[in-house]
Amino acid sequence: MNKLLTISPSPHNYGDDSTKKVMYGVVIAMIPAMLVSFFYFGIGAVVLTLTAVVSALVFEYLIQKFILKKKEVSITDGSALVTGILLAFNLPSNLPIHLIIIGAFVAIAVGKMSFGGLGQNPFNPALVGRVFLLISFPVQMTSWPKPGALTAYLDAETGATPLAIVKEALKNGESFSSITEKIPGYADLMMGNMGGSLGEISAIALLIGFAYMLFRKIITWHIPVSVLGTIAIFSGILWLVNPETNADPLFHLLTGGAMLGAIFMATDMVTSPMSIKGQVIFGVGIGVLTIVIRVFGAYPEGVSFAILIMNAFVPLINAYVKPKRFGEVVK
Amino acid sequence: MLKTFPKGGVHPPENKISAGAAIETLPLPTTATIPISQHLGAPSAPTVKKGDKVKVGQIIAQSTGFVSTNIHSSVSGTVQKIDDSIDASGYKRKAVIISVEGDEWDENIDRSPELKKEFSLSGPDIIKKVLENGVVGLGGATFPTHVKLSVPKGMKADVLILNGVECEPYLTSDHRIMLEKADEIIVGTQILMKALDVKKALIGIENNKPDAIEVFSKLADKNPGIEVHPLKVQYPQGGEKQLIKALINREVPSGGLPIAVGAVVQNVGTALAVYEAVQKNKPLIERVVSLTGKSVKKPANYLVRIGTPVAELIEASGGLPDDTGKVINGGPMMGKALNSLEVPVTKGTSGILIIPELEARRRPVQNCIRCARCTQVCPMGLEPYLLMTLTQKSMWDKVETNHALDCIECGSCAYTCPADRPLLDYIRLGKTTVSKLIRARKQ
Ligand code: SF4
Ligand code: SF4
Repeated sequence: MNKLLTISPSPHNYGDDSTKKVMYGVVIAMIPAMLVSFFYFGIGAVVLTLTAVVSALVFEYLIQKFILKKKEVSITDGSALVTGILLAFNLPSNLPIHLIIIGAFVAIAVGKMSFGGLGQNPFNPALVGRVFLLISFPVQMTSWPKPGALTAYLDAETGATPLAIVKEALKNGESFSSITEKIPGYADLMMGNMGGSLGEISAIALLIGFAYMLFRKIITWHIPVSVLGTIAIFSGILWLVNPETNADPLFHLLTGGAMLGAIFMATDMVTSPMSIKGQVIFGVGIGVLTIVIRVFGAYPEGVSFAILIMNAFVPLINAYVKPKRFGEVVK
Repeated sequence: MLKTFPKGGVHPPENKISAGAAIETLPLPTTATIPISQHLGAPSAPTVKKGDKVKVGQIIAQSTGFVSTNIHSSVSGTVQKIDDSIDASGYKRKAVIISVEGDEWDENIDRSPELKKEFSLSGPDIIKKVLENGVVGLGGATFPTHVKLSVPKGMKADVLILNGVECEPYLTSDHRIMLEKADEIIVGTQILMKALDVKKALIGIENNKPDAIEVFSKLADKNPGIEVHPLKVQYPQGGEKQLIKALINREVPSGGLPIAVGAVVQNVGTALAVYEAVQKNKPLIERVVSLTGKSVKKPANYLVRIGTPVAELIEASGGLPDDTGKVINGGPMMGKALNSLEVPVTKGTSGILIIPELEARRRPVQNCIRCARCTQVCPMGLEPYLLMTLTQKSMWDKVETNHALDCIECGSCAYTCPADRPLLDYIRLGKTTVSKLIRARKQ
């Protein structure tokens, strides 16, 4: 019985969850939306996704290996893969390759590594990449290929997104009811048959991913529901006040990045609050800001900005919104 | 809907592989090592010296304060020496070491197996008996039972809660005594109710022990005032505060004791020990210990004399498996890893768990991905990731204001963390440091 025994403090058993499983779980949840984008945008979508993913992984590897000089490079943990796909989801499918690579570089190098890598970054890296591209290359970033351009890539026929069409028309004094024929019907909006960024078009596919993540307990429902609920309520109030100059809530929910943002971007664990209460505050904030930007701001779409702005508030929220303690003595 | 506690909690694999093994009496050891500190509180003072002859049940160390208790010889023989021995935490502590000769019991102990139901002692006399016989909480915390029964002035218990939860994976000693000693436990419960002057006792048993629930439900029907409540399996339901919340929906205030909400919690094993102490005059000199683990040849539940080396239990179950990596005193969530198999079984040993090499080592620590799972599973509503970071940065005032002292060290946070962060290690360090600082401040 002379055996060397391992000594360590309790607990001595561990759950079988791991960072990898969490990250790859998110990847699996994104597959339906990815397939829809391949279906509607064809070759362009495939090129975009591959380029974004490969460059995100390569930059993560290079930075860890040569700049941070880490012994073990952690590109297999799945987090760079998630960032790559999310970045692709936020770009139009006809974006030139060199811009995709620049976006991936900004996402990984500036958005993530400069803060110390996984878990340290305050802002969603993919959104940092997207917003950088949007500000630096506004023309390329807002010319959206029409769905169905299966084999065309850079030369795809482009058009505006439903959100941009409506914003433009409302500005010109047209009423919301009169422009409905210019935009796809709700069934098309549900399925994803509209112009837009790669991953944002199909509400159905995104909701399937949401259900999967809930089932795997990767995220809780609080952030997506509070974001989407707030968007619906806020835009609903505006619409009820004046249905002629405001789009209806369903339109707001189904267009632009609302679903993608609420389900996959705002729920990024690293950049969202820790307590359930905090998460609801965060989600409501994103919802309000999104509608404010969409309705009153200069840009037709505001989800990315709304999320980034609320990301900045997360440390504050974490500091003041605490989970309810057991046996808390109410003073 | 089965009751459970509402906040946090995890459900680790139950692995109750020794549940079917009836209690077996382990042969006497050749030497018994009986530490003089087997309970929470002041160590007892030895009353024997080298060369003294002792009998089973004779006092060998006396209580040295209110929070302390008596210690009895679990064997008959000659005191070899009083010396340091390694205890389950790896510390050297004083112990009375006795060479065993025969098995001669103190004549006052009633060794007959008959159930003795009637008792006439008053509350204070019961408490005295409990102290005399060295009964402590057998769930693991080993808090002297007479202290828990002595309700402070101005407070009043209105319910006794009997803990038959056994939420730690693997362990089955409580389960077995509930099946095999149910009548005694019920009488013990009635004695405890008398001592506390309460009319109601609730027995909480997790739903993974349907046989025990059945046995006790039948007995409860015949004994007014005693109720059995099946509970949903959820760790750490055996924690006093969680069990009280689950059963009577009262929340023990932060920093307070269960009595603050009128409840006293006792383990089923303790109720059995109280029965034996009061009805049979038998001190706490033996207990049931599970010997279990995935590679153990014969997982079992042994009735063991206090002071028996752990190695003898392992031998009785077919020896140490070849793939052993860790031997744990207690369960996998809160137990302590042993550094020696010569460590004796004490009053607080509920099980010995042998973990294979493959599962014994920790996984490499990764970056926190801020997934908030540690926060979600913490039954005390703490933020483990934050407490760990604050401890790492030595920000002790923040560790304190974030209520590190509320932590019950259940390990749910570290169990759950996908990044395998050693959360509880740091929280313990934070707790110890903060307690020291608070004590220094008070002086
Ligand atoms: S469970 Fe682990 S990874 Fe998740 S927030 Fe807590 S410490 Fe961080
Ligand atoms: S912080 Fe303490 S009480 Fe909370 S889960 Fe971790 S060990 Fe349990």
